[in-house]
Amino acid sequence: MRHFLIVGILVVVAAILTYVGLDSANLMPVAASAQAVPIDEMWNLELIFMSFFFALIVVPLAYSLIAFRRKKGDTSDAEHMEGNTKLEIAWTVLPLFIVIAFAYVGAVNLAETRRVDPDAIIVKVTGIQWSWKFEYPPYGVVSDELHLPVDKQVLLQMTSTDVIHSFWVPEFRVKQDLVPGRITELRITPTLEGDYKVRCAELCGTSHAFMEKPVVISSQGDFDEWMAEQVKLAEQAAATPGGRGQALVAANGCAACHSINGAQGIGPTWSGLFGHEVLLTDGTPVSADEAYIAESIKAPQAKIVAGFEGQLMPSYGFTDEQIADVVAYIKTLR
Amino acid sequence: MRKTNYVGRGLLLLVIAGVAGYGIGLGIDLLISNTLNFSGSVPSAFALLLAVTAFFFGLYGYRGITRGLTWQILGTVLGALFVTGVRALMGSSKIFGAFLFSEPAWVFGALVGVISFLFGVGVVDDWMKWARGIDTPEHHEDEPGWEKYFYVSLDHKVIGIQYTVTALVLIAVGGLFALIFRTELAASQLQFLTTTFRLFNQTGPQLYNTLMSLHGIIMIISILLGISGIMNYVVPMIVGAQDMAFPRLNAFAYWLAVPASVLMLMSLILGGFDTGWTGYPPLSSRAPLGMQMFFLGVFTAGWSSILGSLNVIATVVRMRAKGMIAMRLPIFVWASISTSIIALTATQLIGLSFQLVMFQRLFGMGFFDAAKGGNPVLFQHLFWFYSHPAVYVFVLPGLGVISELLPVFVRKPLFGYRWIAMSSLAIALVGFTVWAHHMFTSGMNEYLRVPFMYSTLLVAVPTGVKFFSWVATLWQGKIQTPTPMLFVLGAIIVFLLGGLTGPPNAAISLDLHLHDTYFIVGHFHDTIFGGFVFPFFAAVYYWYPKATGRRMSEFWGKVHFWMMTPSFLVLTLGMMRVGLLGMRRRIVDYDPALGLDFSHFVMTIAAFLIGLSVLIFFINFFRSLKHGEPATGNIWNSRSPEWQVPSPMPVHNYEVPFEVVGEPYDYGLPGSKYVEFASADKVSHSHS
Repeated sequence: MRHFLIVGILVVVAAILTYVGLDSANLMPVAASAQAVPIDEMWNLELIFMSFFFALIVVPLAYSLIAFRRKKGDTSDAEHMEGNTKLEIAWTVLPLFIVIAFAYVGAVNLAETRRVDPDAIIVKVTGIQWSWKFEYPPYGVVSDELHLPVDKQVLLQMTSTDVIHSFWVPEFRVKQDLVPGRITELRITPTLEGDYKVRCAELCGTSHAFMEKPVVISSQGDFDEWMAEQVKLAEQAAATPGGRGQALVAANGCAACHSINGAQGIGPTWSGLFGHEVLLTDGTPVSADEAYIAESIKAPQAKIVAGFEGQLMPSYGFTDEQIADVVAYIKTLR
Repeated sequence: MRKTNYVGRGLLLLVIAGVAGYGIGLGIDLLISNTLNFSGSVPSAFALLLAVTAFFFGLYGYRGITRGLTWQILGTVLGALFVTGVRALMGSSKIFGAFLFSEPAWVFGALVGVISFLFGVGVVDDWMKWARGIDTPEHHEDEPGWEKYFYVSLDHKVIGIQYTVTALVLIAVGGLFALIFRTELAASQLQFLTTTFRLFNQTGPQLYNTLMSLHGIIMIISILLGISGIMNYVVPMIVGAQDMAFPRLNAFAYWLAVPASVLMLMSLILGGFDTGWTGYPPLSSRAPLGMQMFFLGVFTAGWSSILGSLNVIATVVRMRAKGMIAMRLPIFVWASISTSIIALTATQLIGLSFQLVMFQRLFGMGFFDAAKGGNPVLFQHLFWFYSHPAVYVFVLPGLGVISELLPVFVRKPLFGYRWIAMSSLAIALVGFTVWAHHMFTSGMNEYLRVPFMYSTLLVAVPTGVKFFSWVATLWQGKIQTPTPMLFVLGAIIVFLLGGLTGPPNAAISLDLHLHDTYFIVGHFHDTIFGGFVFPFFAAVYYWYPKATGRRMSEFWGKVHFWMMTPSFLVLTLGMMRVGLLGMRRRIVDYDPALGLDFSHFVMTIAAFLIGLSVLIFFINFFRSLKHGEPATGNIWNSRSPEWQVPSPMPVHNYEVPFEVVGEPYDYGLPGSKYVEFASADKVSHSHS
């Protein structure tokens, strides 16, 4: 009886200490969305149960190791105790109720993260190996950064052009895969202004680790300002082939592999590419003229530059005009 | 002395053949592709295959495994040449591919290679003879020494040790891969796996992805072989059988695992693959050639698992000793049965899902290709329908080892035997209904996620029964803590951490944050270490004397435990923490702005300490074969039948059969016995 009393007290103490320790360890990033609130509540509830059950098993185990250690020279067996059916029923049925209650709470919690605002802003998201493309339909703006006003729900309509990606901003908590050939949806209500990053969470190939783009949450005023500037920039860019090309390059994430400053990447850099000679894998030199660059965009595997063997660039399905625009842009990168 | 010479000769030949193979490969590559590619795949492939084969040749001569590997190489080359020839005759424009042969040629060649291995090693000899109407003896005599482990033996104990040692080799390989990429993660930014780095036709980040993927699958295969090892060695012995029900099938299942392992290493060299062990399309339908070798390797290993589990079930159902009714089965047998039911019925699904992607790549079938009307999410359903229950395949035998060993070292009956036995079955059955909890963010039907949350949380109930019963077994016992018991206790605590961090992932809303982060990585490493690795080490330390007649060093066993356990806790708790803070899974580099550099550095040190402790285990394991303290008696003072006879166990186990006359774990009940051996005059009437 004395053993039970000591262990009972120790379990309570250990459970409280474990919970306080975990709770004060700052295990979650800052919560920056309305959806993060119920999720963090759920996490807290889990912490309470984890702490309790951890103590419930570890304390009697540790206590037994000390109190019921075999004495030196003792070769006898312990008291014969086969089991206790009532106890077994208790620790089967009680947890059964707990998990059912838990699942119910979990379902309610999930519903809270999915609350729909009919006036939500719609942003179309496309995942591309290895970049993000964000389209803002009412403004006709395409960007590789996600800018959103604070305290307004956004409905992300997402798809992928190649493999499965996953949209995740840790500060927003919620996550959703982007699946080729269909549209998946995610609702987020940012609540904290600041700079975050969307990080691809589903393994998507060589540069998966670097598939990160800025997410900027600002006041409605700042957002409108940014958007107006984007609209203006897009209009200016649309006027010249190079500008249109640059916009295409940005929206399709070409820079994920091709640097424009001469840095080493997954694919050859574009800096100083045009008009120069490049060496192909079979050793033949080729002049990087308009026809060569256009071919390399259309049929990436036709001619591969030495040192980039085994890198599979997808073909992006650009029209001939678009390719001419991209070539015009590459021409400007001297 | 004699043995050292053989090993030395093997190593010498390994080096010579490795260099020669590299040269041959370089030459062939030069002839066909016209470039001298020193970091290319073809020279390395030749170097690997010839070196491994030459090692076994030096060790053992041209028979058994050497012959199998030779035939596998020849079969692969001939199969590939056949397809290449057909393509040439058909006037195909691409006769050769980036890795010498084209992809279809490699796939067909690899398949022929696996079949050739089985013929070469001789595991189908008896069946072939039967087909031709030639009788063979029921048993084959094995050579007395170490040689028997390198050819086809029908003895379940030899096969058990073959499985176990192969599992240990794969643990070493998979662990080495982990240390390589863990080192890359020690700090943010790319350290040595940079974009200019080239090995096996892969850049640094690509090689990272390959190593990470291979770490996963090699460890999984190693676990499957490890549990087969323990089950093969222990189950027939503790149910009182002379051998497994189908000894030839048993050997066949083991020898499938060897060519499967070769295919896994080939996948590393032939361009690797960047999908993780999950192999989700569309990524896997566009990954390099290594992907196909991976698919075929898993396919082959899957067959091994299916046939092995079939054998375990048949053995337990048909070959138990007299009086061994269901509720008097050793608890480990219950665990083995539960795990075998899953492996026998679910493994087909992973094979099928991988086969569909293989066909998608080879024949352009659009199963998972959205552009052709396929559905990528369907693959995930098929894949996880095996791959979640597979987790219980991995842990149930380990949990069985915990339950089997606890009473011996606590000197008290297993608390609630029937409940623990039934909880294994319950976990196995509930495990079939939870697969979609891996897919909460996948875009599957949103409302269907809720029933999967309920079923997943339900697993906590039978698992809880085990924990409570273990603690109750310890309560008021007389606890001893030799090395096997230390690993049992470590297993309970580590598995508890894995178990407690499971429900947060089951709660859908919270999983939206946790999914695909290092939290998951930490969680499943805890479940697998607690449910398999710790119990596996416990089982090796515990049954080692039964197999060898010597025991492993207690001192180095304890060093192993006390070095591994704290390091492991630091590693996995660290993983969970960085995951919560935003560290994604499967990334070669992380954003320095996350501020996780120091945590990763600490985790890397912890990982190396685990590696060091396992190295100590290996040295202890092999050194004790010769220098271990002799231990031929019942050194753990167990009631189990295998310890009632001297070690090492004779070839066909018990010279006289035993009868079960009591409960298996009645420690502390004076005068009680679990088994009674028939006296000599009764022997002739007993079953044989």
